[in-house]
Formats: sequence, C-alpha cells, structure tokens
Amino acid sequence: MSRFDWLSELLALLQDEHILVQSGNALKLAPAHLLEIDMEDWGRAGEAAANYGCRWAGVWADPRDDEIEVNACLEFQGDYLVLRTAVDIATPLLPSHTPYYMGADRLERHVQDMAGLAFGDHPDARRWTRHQAWSEERFPLRNDFSVAEKPEETTPADTEYPFAKVQGAGVNEIPVGPVHAGIIEPGHFRFQAVGEDILQLEERLGYAHKGIEKIAVGRDPAELARLAGRVSGDSTVAHTWAACQAMERSVRLNVPARALMLRAIMIERERVANHIGDVGAICNDVGFAFMMAQCGRLREDWQRRSQNVFGHRLMMDFVVPGGVSIDIDNIQIAKLKANHAEFRKELNELYDIIDDNPSLEDRLLTTGRLTQETARKFGVLGYVGKASGLDFDVRHSNPYPPYNKVEVKVPVYEDGDVAARIRVRVDEIYNALDLMDQWLSSIPEGPLCADWPTSVNGNEGIGFIEGWRGEIITYVRFDNNGRIARFFPRDPSWFNWPALEKILLGNIVPDFPVCNKSVNGSYSGQDL
Amino acid sequence: MLKILKKIICVGTITEKAPTINNADLDEIGIQVKRVIDRRYGGNLAIREVDAGSCNGCELEIQALNNPYYDVERFGVNFVASPRHADALLVTGPVSRHMETALKRTFQATPEPKIVIATGQCACDGGEFGESYASCGAVSNVIPVDVLIPGCPPTPLALLKGILAAVTSQK
Repeated sequence: MSRFDWLSELLALLQDEHILVQSGNALKLAPAHLLEIDMEDWGRAGEAAANYGCRWAGVWADPRDDEIEVNACLEFQGDYLVLRTAVDIATPLLPSHTPYYMGADRLERHVQDMAGLAFGDHPDARRWTRHQAWSEERFPLRNDFSVAEKPEETTPADTEYPFAKVQGAGVNEIPVGPVHAGIIEPGHFRFQAVGEDILQLEERLGYAHKGIEKIAVGRDPAELARLAGRVSGDSTVAHTWAACQAMERSVRLNVPARALMLRAIMIERERVANHIGDVGAICNDVGFAFMMAQCGRLREDWQRRSQNVFGHRLMMDFVVPGGVSIDIDNIQIAKLKANHAEFRKELNELYDIIDDNPSLEDRLLTTGRLTQETARKFGVLGYVGKASGLDFDVRHSNPYPPYNKVEVKVPVYEDGDVAARIRVRVDEIYNALDLMDQWLSSIPEGPLCADWPTSVNGNEGIGFIEGWRGEIITYVRFDNNGRIARFFPRDPSWFNWPALEKILLGNIVPDFPVCNKSVNGSYSGQDL
Repeated sequence: MLKILKKIICVGTITEKAPTINNADLDEIGIQVKRVIDRRYGGNLAIREVDAGSCNGCELEIQALNNPYYDVERFGVNFVASPRHADALLVTGPVSRHMETALKRTFQATPEPKIVIATGQCACDGGEFGESYASCGAVSNVIPVDVLIPGCPPTPLALLKGILAAVTSQK
C-alpha cells in the first residue's frame, strides 16, 4: 500500500459533490496533503470526508488582518489531509463539521472563543475555552488583541455557564471542582445522578487556560520549544518533539540520526513512566494500594534513572530545534539496557498479580466501557482508542524516523473497559522497552544538532508525534522575520475528554476516579 | 495472595534506603521537618494542594512525595482533600485568570494561621507563561505567599526542603 493511493478517489467524491478544490499541495505541509477549498464548501467537504471514512483530527484558525484562515486536519489509512479555507474577518461565519464528527464540538467552540469565528450549524453555541477573563466580543488570537490585555479587577468565577440539567424525581446534581480533592489539575465535573447511578456527566474545562497559542507569537524557535515542553508537563518530550518536528519540516531541516534516536529513547521513557504510574494509580482507585506502592517504586526508580542519564527527571528541554541538547555515553547505554531487563522482570511479576487478582477483576472488568462505535465517532486516540478496537498509532500508521526502521506493535482490544486500557498500557510498556533496546544497540555516532537556517520567511509546517496519550498534531507558522506567527498544539485529550462523558454513563459516581484515571486526559494540554 | 505476599516480602521496606539520591539529605531534612511539625502542628501538617493553572509537571513531583521512597507521611506531612482541613496551601502554576477566583476562595476557606507555599517556577514568578490576558503570573499576585519553591519542576527533595522552610518560617 503506497501513501495517498486513496486520495484520487476522495477527490472524485468531492467533485461529485460539486466541491471545488482550488489547489492541492503535497509539499507545503508534508507529509500532510493540503487542499484549499471555498468556504461555502467547508461543511459539505466535512460531510464527504466523514462518508468516505476519514478521521477528523482537529481544526485551528489563523486570523490575519483582513481574513481568518481555517485549517482542518483529517486522517485516512495513516495519511493526513489538511483542508484550508479563508473567511472574511468582517463576516466570520463558517459551516460546522460537528454534525458529521462529534469530536469536532469542543475544538470548534475553542476556535469560536479564541479567533471569533462562528460555526453556523454547530449544535452547541455555548462558550468553551473562554470563562470570564475576556469579553464575548474580544478574541485573543486576533491581531487587534494584545497579549498584555487584562481585566482591571479579579476575574470572576464562571458561575453562569449553562450546564445541561436532567429533570425528574430523585435526580441530584453533584458539582466537583475546579479545585479537586487529589493532587491533580483543575477542571469542573457536573454529575446528574439518581442515587449512585450516573445519568449524565458534563465536563467544564478551560480553567488552566494560559494563553499558550497567543504567548507563542513572536518567540524564536528555541523559545517555542521551551513553551511546547510546558503544554502538558507529563508529555513534555512528546510536545516539544511535535513542535520541533513542525518547525524542522517547515524549513526542510534534516535532524541528525543520533539526535532522532535520543529523542525516541526519551519519548519512550516518558511513555513508560506515565503508563507505570497510571497502572498503579488505577489499581489504587479501586483500593488495591499494594500496586500503587509497587508501581510508584518502579516509577521513582525510572525518574531517577532519567535524572542520572539525562540530567532531568522529566527530561524537559532536551529536544531542541534541529536535534537534542544532551548525549549519552556507552556506560550509560549499558546501564539503561540492564535497567530495562530488570524492569521487564518486575513488570512480569506485577502484571501476573494484576491479572490473577479476583477483586481487581471484579472492579475493572466491564467498568467504564467505551464502544468502538463511540470511540470512532469522537476520534478517540492512544490507549483509549486501542482498548476500544481502534488500531491507530502514528508510530505505526505514519512512521517518522527512527520509527520507520523498527516494528511498533499496536495492541488492540475490543472490550473498551478499564481493564482493557490497563492491558494496552502494559503492552505498550513492553514494546517501548524493546524499541529502546534496539536503538541503544544501534545508535549511530554523529552530530547531535543541525544548524537552524538564518532566513526563515513565512514557512509553515506540521508535526505528527505519538505521545504516551496518543497522537499529537502541532502546526507552526513563522512570520517574515523567522519568529513564530502561529502555534497550535493539538493534544489527544481534545478527543479523549468528551469520550469520558460517555464512558461514565451507566456507571456509579464512586467509579468516576478509576474511569477518569484510566483515560487520564490532560487538562493543561486541552485548555492551552 | 501468595504472590502478593511474596512480592511484599522480597521487596521489603524500601523507604529507609533510597538508593541514588543523597539518603542522608532526605533523612536529615525529613527529621527536621518532623521535629518542627511535632512541636508546632501536633504531629501533623495538613497540606491542600491547589493547581492554579500549572502544566502538571509540578503535580507529578508532588505526587512522588507520597511514593514509598519519600513517604512524607512518616514525617507528619499529610495531603488533605479540603482547604478547610489544611494548615498550608501548596499552590502550583502561574495563576490562570480562570482560576483566580477559585484560588482566592480556597485561600479564604483555609483557617488561620495558614502558610502559602508557591511551588514551581511559574508559581514563583510566572515562569514560562508570565503575565498575560490569560495568566496572573506569580501566586503572590493573587494571594499572600510565605515561601517559594523554585524549579521546573522542583524535585521531591526540593519540595521537602521547601516544606521545611515553610514550617520553620512561621513565628
């Protein structure tokens, strides 16, 4: 199967629908294929793509002085397509993709709040990212909005947000957050329940909105990499790589092979650290503290190893534009390999215990089920998708170096419950250990970083990285002085969060923590 | 069950012998923390953690304080679910404007006397995010702060040192 062998078929389908493709470009946003279409056709193009079977992977707006450029990313058989159109800034209205793709809901509302582009037939007109920090008439991503603009007084709580209510005898409403009981990020959950049974869960996020897209503007590549590393701290390597990959592709910069392998080793370390920590936390949420202690121990060992070998427990800021800023020597390589062997042995024992424990089985099997159909509708990613029968993984479906030379196993289960999500994570840990061992044995000598070109004018690029949560898509555009004009990191949490609302249906309120942990969306990564 | 018991016995108690960080450091600081907490807080310092907009890097390291290596509860440091039960607030993040009121309310809900510990670079000075239309920057721009723990993110040991500084700073 070669890349994009389906594209001519889709183009013919668009033509049948009288959707005019103004221009197609395979190079500008490579490896994605760019299709520019008329704004009138935007909604129908989404509908045609949905009928064809494309996955909807995100939308972002790029407001200029007189128009708003809008981009939507689609994926089919591992190939990416970017639809692009432009809307007059005086009449900022566009047909919505949400009627065809449930997952488009919040991202379109994010575009509405941030760029002031309304989606005409969007089924939900409520704000999403905006609470009360700026007015309904102002749009942070517009050029006439200053990053320093701020309210004179304390930003009030967003108490007027109209939550959907459930009426009926015995229905009680449970508000939770934004300050939670545990050591976790801020967000609000509104349960409608009868007794313990959840009738409806509504999430209200945006509390951690830090203006990342706006404060990125004007940064140089190194500064953007630092910011990208703080989009979601638990995915710092993944987000930094995605941003660097987008910047590097925009200027056709070749990253040295050694640097790519070091990046891949770090991102797999990040995957293992998060997966092992979460496996323990999920078990703890159903009262199995033993596993929390054991996995916490393994995670701490792992973080200390990262500190020893790389110099930072989370490996922040080592991925830089053009390469990496650290190196490892042969002694460290040998230590890492020995450590992987030890880790595998420990995990074998622990997973044996998880797998063989009737009380865990009782609590995790069939809990928090997400059907494949719902997962597909939301475009759910990563381990949540894999546990519900979706086999997408960028490392496998559209492999970037060094993943193009190794076999990435994609564990897929059909059950879609908490237990299946644990299984995917454990399988991914084993695969990550295998991959790291292969690279540690074959890492080539050579430079660590390529020189950043001096003249960068208006280049744009897109990065696709499989972080531990799933696919990250990052779009970057430079201005005429080689500084950032637009940065949009799309964390997988955009699609996994809304799926959590469906996962909880039919479950009980006390099972919310374990279901939530099994999905583990990033608040910061989606609030931006 | 036998497997669990075997694992527990084989692993043993790891809390006392943290292998790669300076073990003496941890014990020494921990014992100092415990002495002050015993004397001033009846043996238990209750901390409410508030993420006021962080990237979640700090949360990972604060969670690590409870893993078996650090096990800060042995020093009398306890994370509680409500500000109403808390002696201290451990606040992370640049304070997002969307969390500004929530943070103020959390502060008000914490009984006097109380300590506020700004945790992580962003909480200390706004960090990578600074002040903007969306961010109030440092925690001290929103509520009074007693102690700063810099670092991006601060390591668990730095966190423990910061907690020690906080409990000893109180008159």
